[in-house]
Amino acid sequence: MLLFPGKIIMDYSHAAGRVGSRFLAELKKSKRLLAIRCRTCNRVYIPPRLTCKTCFHNMEDWIELDGRGTLLTYTTVYYGEPVLDREAPTTYGIIRLDGADTGLVHFLNEVKQQDLRVGLRLEPVFKNERNGNILDIKYFRPIKSG
Amino acid sequence: MSERIGIVAVAQTKYQKSRPDVRESELVYEVVEKLLTETGLRFTDDGTGIDAAVTCSHDHWDGVTISSWPIADVTGGHLRPEEKVAEDGIFAAYYAFIQILSGHYDVVLVTAHTKESQTSKNLIENSSFDPVYHQMLGLDYTMCAALQAKRYMYKYGITEEQCARVVVKNKKNACKNPNAQEPAELEIGDVLSSRPLAYPIRYLDKKPTSDGACAMILAREEKAKKLTDRPVWIEGVGSCYEGYYIGDRELGDCENLIKAAKSAYRMAGISDPKKEIGVFEISEEYSYQELLWTEGLGLCDKGRGGTLIESGATALDGEIPVNPSGGLLSGVPTNVAGLSRVAEAVIQLQGKGGDRQVSARKALAQGMCGPCGQLQCVMVLGI
Repeated sequence: MLLFPGKIIMDYSHAAGRVGSRFLAELKKSKRLLAIRCRTCNRVYIPPRLTCKTCFHNMEDWIELDGRGTLLTYTTVYYGEPVLDREAPTTYGIIRLDGADTGLVHFLNEVKQQDLRVGLRLEPVFKNERNGNILDIKYFRPIKSG
Repeated sequence: MSERIGIVAVAQTKYQKSRPDVRESELVYEVVEKLLTETGLRFTDDGTGIDAAVTCSHDHWDGVTISSWPIADVTGGHLRPEEKVAEDGIFAAYYAFIQILSGHYDVVLVTAHTKESQTSKNLIENSSFDPVYHQMLGLDYTMCAALQAKRYMYKYGITEEQCARVVVKNKKNACKNPNAQEPAELEIGDVLSSRPLAYPIRYLDKKPTSDGACAMILAREEKAKKLTDRPVWIEGVGSCYEGYYIGDRELGDCENLIKAAKSAYRMAGISDPKKEIGVFEISEEYSYQELLWTEGLGLCDKGRGGTLIESGATALDGEIPVNPSGGLLSGVPTNVAGLSRVAEAVIQLQGKGGDRQVSARKALAQGMCGPCGQLQCVMVLGI
């Protein structure tokens, strides 16, 4: 049977919006992690978005987080995926940053498999050359003692 | 409900790893033809046949924008009503149910198809995530499932062995289902020693790549009774979404499924699903999901899904058989997944289950869409 090759290539310019733009600009410029808080329910969101999903109010209160947080869950992925030009294995985690009410998904590194555990305390490592996207955070690693 | 809506006939292809012999429309016609033959119905404009169609497919999977166009000619969509849902096939059945309840149509065809063999699952799944915050991380549903599995295991002490029992049970059940793609007699050790994909998920913990289609015909009570002597009534439906950002969710629980089930149970007048429903066909793309979803459906307390499977209650000969068909782990394509759960529930209630037949007068089908069961739908059926 004949297989007919096909491909869809589409370029997009996704708007980050005014909230996402500020988050990414601060990340790029000063390695600051900004969250956004709802004045009605006090929930603190990262990544930040305009509207509180519980209260349906637009949010304006920006809060700077120090970047440290606690690991909620993790996985080590053993297959190479086609989106990123990286070699397997790659470890992902969901991190509850101190002061936030939501988890941030990102990479984990500088940690041995046997040391991975829920509850691990983590800190971000930033890229030196930053482009204003989520990969300006290089990964999270265990907080160095002292 | 003033009048009952029945499912009068269902059809599935044999699910296979790859079907290079057919195009999407040809695959869908295989199941439509079975239904036309079984019911004698034709597509008509005068209220004597099939009034409309609701289909489920996905533009990215099929590689064409508006993926229902290429199948329009085989679903009666030529100069006739056809509408598409792009989440899961169970929502197409839900939509058809609502169309008939509205009074607009009497008889509606539902189809779902996907040929997963034709493109990259990772890329399609990745493109469903937020392009600003998440796509660049390379996320796909298997990685998210692994994050959920780990959280669930951490929170309740669920073990990898308990998850492996789901694979062993379902693939064994699949040996009795002639449509199943990958039936197998496995030991727990076979699952635990299969190659790791995303810890704690291994190769056998994940649904295999699959091509196939499923279809059914829904009809208003009066017509359903004329079309078959064994109509299966849709007694309750409920659905519930959960947040877009995966980090917003408590992945160790499935509050959205709990709410979807409660909604369906309320509509169907079910107060104790474990006692009142005799068979469950649910969407376990990954082994841990069957354990977590049985909790969400109220078959056991939170965190007890592992104990439930160990008790044997969910086995083919147990008191609440879950996935006698072999489930999704035995191979059913995405989009077809939830509709095939409904079809298997109908097969059981019509007594057409052959070697996998269990005793039941009510059945439950569950479908889902998105990472970690982000969108859930529960349907209660009865005779």
